[in-house]
Amino acid sequence: MSAAIGNTILSLPDQSTAQIPKRNYINNEHGLLSWLLTGDHKRIAILYLISITFFFFIGGAFAGLIRLELLTPQPDLVSSDTYNKFFTMHGIIMIFLFLVPSVPATLGNFLIPIMLGAKDLAFPKINLLSWYLYVIGGTLTLAALVLGGVDTGWTFTTPLSTHYLNTHVITAAMAIFIAGFASIFTGLNFIVTIHRMRCPGMTWFRMPLFVWAHYAASLLMVLGTPVLAIALVLVALERLFGIGVFDPTKGGDPLLFQHLFWFYSHPAVYIMILPGMGVISEVISTFSRKRIFGYTAVAFSSVAIALFGFFVWEHHMFIMGVSNYSALVFSLLTMLVAVPSAIKIFNWAFTLQKGSITFETPMLYSFGFMGLFTIGGLTGVFLGSLGMDIHLTETYFIVAHFHFVMVGGMLMAFLAGIHFWWPKMTGRMYPESLSKLAAVTTFIGFNLTFLPQFILGYLGMPRRYHAYPPEFQVLNVLSTAGATVLGVGYMLPMLYLAWSLKYGAIAGDNPWQATGLEWQIQSPPLTENFTETPIMDHEAYDYEWLANKTKNEVTTVG
Amino acid sequence: MDSALATTDPNMPETEVYGEHEHVALPQHRHHFETEEQQREAGSFGMWLFLLTEIMFFGGMFFAYLLYRNWYYPAFVAASNQLSVPIGTANTAILITSGFCMAVGVWAAEVRKRTLLVVMLILTTVFGVAFLGFKYDEYHEKYELHHIPGNNFNVSMFTNPAAYGLKEDPLPPDMAQKTQIFFFLYFAMTGMHALHMIIGIALLFWLTWRAHRGDFSSGYVAPIENFGLYWHFVDIVWIFLFPLLYLINRHPMH
Repeated sequence: MSAAIGNTILSLPDQSTAQIPKRNYINNEHGLLSWLLTGDHKRIAILYLISITFFFFIGGAFAGLIRLELLTPQPDLVSSDTYNKFFTMHGIIMIFLFLVPSVPATLGNFLIPIMLGAKDLAFPKINLLSWYLYVIGGTLTLAALVLGGVDTGWTFTTPLSTHYLNTHVITAAMAIFIAGFASIFTGLNFIVTIHRMRCPGMTWFRMPLFVWAHYAASLLMVLGTPVLAIALVLVALERLFGIGVFDPTKGGDPLLFQHLFWFYSHPAVYIMILPGMGVISEVISTFSRKRIFGYTAVAFSSVAIALFGFFVWEHHMFIMGVSNYSALVFSLLTMLVAVPSAIKIFNWAFTLQKGSITFETPMLYSFGFMGLFTIGGLTGVFLGSLGMDIHLTETYFIVAHFHFVMVGGMLMAFLAGIHFWWPKMTGRMYPESLSKLAAVTTFIGFNLTFLPQFILGYLGMPRRYHAYPPEFQVLNVLSTAGATVLGVGYMLPMLYLAWSLKYGAIAGDNPWQATGLEWQIQSPPLTENFTETPIMDHEAYDYEWLANKTKNEVTTVG
Repeated sequence: MDSALATTDPNMPETEVYGEHEHVALPQHRHHFETEEQQREAGSFGMWLFLLTEIMFFGGMFFAYLLYRNWYYPAFVAASNQLSVPIGTANTAILITSGFCMAVGVWAAEVRKRTLLVVMLILTTVFGVAFLGFKYDEYHEKYELHHIPGNNFNVSMFTNPAAYGLKEDPLPPDMAQKTQIFFFLYFAMTGMHALHMIIGIALLFWLTWRAHRGDFSSGYVAPIENFGLYWHFVDIVWIFLFPLLYLINRHPMH
């Protein structure tokens, strides 16, 4: 019956008799149009999953090209202009088209209504509109790429982007403007759903921490993204009409752009990481069979991160001639953000303590997240202190820092979540040993790629150059070798997850014996999620409740 | 199965079950909401959140205005004096009237008066269009004076006001250049506001047609209410724009 041999909690139904439920959201309707015009949050999540995976591999290809160029100190693969376009496209695609929508638009879309006991998000049509806006934004980005690329860097720094470059800045800015509205609508939908669509008994403090994390991230999406939108509109107008709002020769202030841009783009970092933290909370609890230690603290730390996240943007501008006093305040606030982040890490560690830990793939990715995010977060504190920042900013130290947070943190969390909920989304298991191999490969490849970059940055190698002094070559070769391993680590899940769609073991309702509402329904779920509105009569992560429920089921059925 | 959740525990709180009370379902009730009340609340909550994003959107421009007004105060005063207060005031009155008609329209929908609702929506549209007409007139005047930022921008009115029959103090050339930033912000802010009005007027046509069809005369008023929120928001943005752009530190021409 179950494969409970030693170190796994995996419990699958008898494979000789098990079947995918006859009626579910995947086979409820047929034909391409039934997908393209759907209002079902689960189908939209799948649409998003396919599109962000597509853009992830495009962005990844640019990362590969960047690392290939940096294999040797000389600029031998591409010209400097082309190299600038590579890292710009890598940044734009990975941030706006992959990281920002990664967990919220796929897992969040799929799971939040189910976790709250609702039939759908509050506004299904707006949810679908969000996906179309994303696709339009993505298409425009590809258009900018095909027409000749953009080379401003993903930050669109003025006056570089407005006066000195003759590339497709306006197209790319339009793309991000539109994709930004996709993100706003996702956030808006989540907030309204969480406020208004909870099932009876689902109080705020019975919600899974995944939902809390998305609530905090949604606040950031709703409040931050419009500011980016207006900043990009102003850049486009400046380019089109030369009106001078960011042009110092006409009295404009380039720093104003920096303020507007980072007012979104720093909170955007938390838009990217908070949903990942939500995933980790679910996974850690499930695979240590314990309620999350300090549930309330973890829930509030998400909101605290969102709140503090709005008041640290100037730490991107310490070397840009801002006032010393404001730099001092922003440095202090930056260090304050480390507190709620650390609360999460410590609470996860305490959840593990004396838990019945098992090492399934999602758990391996989560361990990867905890370690790498901690390193990424702590180096963020280095960068937040004024003296260190002047030495380290605009070097590879920065690159390593945010890749530890974004790739080591968020991408690990994304993969943890995809593996964890894959049985729920598709009804089938992924191959366990191969996926463990992928998790380990990713971890090794990641460290090999980005640890050398900390050293490179500390030694003074600047970012965004396609040539470097020969003494940096050894570390760069290590980094490029690591990127190759990392590439394999990301290709593997893509392949075996596709394989599992047809050949994976039937998962059953609750393969992980997890407590969330989503695990109490069939996999894949019905279009309407629940046959009748559920009533939440227990706390989140209540494993005793689950044990009782399973026991009752056995006695009544048997 | 999921039903186990609802049925296995005998102590479930009965009182919290929604959707038990008698209520005739409207055709506009969407399947995923438990009750119409929930649907209506979700809709208006969503609208408020959307307006919050709009505030942040305009906020970026207000921030820029604040910054440059502090830096280039004389230029902002001189350029602001070129805006027509009578037209601005008339437009403010027109917009408030339009907002008033909208508010009456929401009331008419709530008390299910179809004809009154249609009339009020049409009046709202008429006043909205009138506002845009005056705005066009103002823009056109700026175009003729070469006060539109860009390559054709002309500062001579500010460096040599006497030649234009103005009793202003002339600005030094570098400060006069800064009037361009004022005019850019003027066009960006009022233009973005006008764009919101144009979108609103397009929505008004659609709502008027639906109201005429009788969609909102049987208790389903959410679209009218939510559009009302949007329209009042557009009014309020103007209520901030008018004093900031037209009135602040305006002095009578000596």
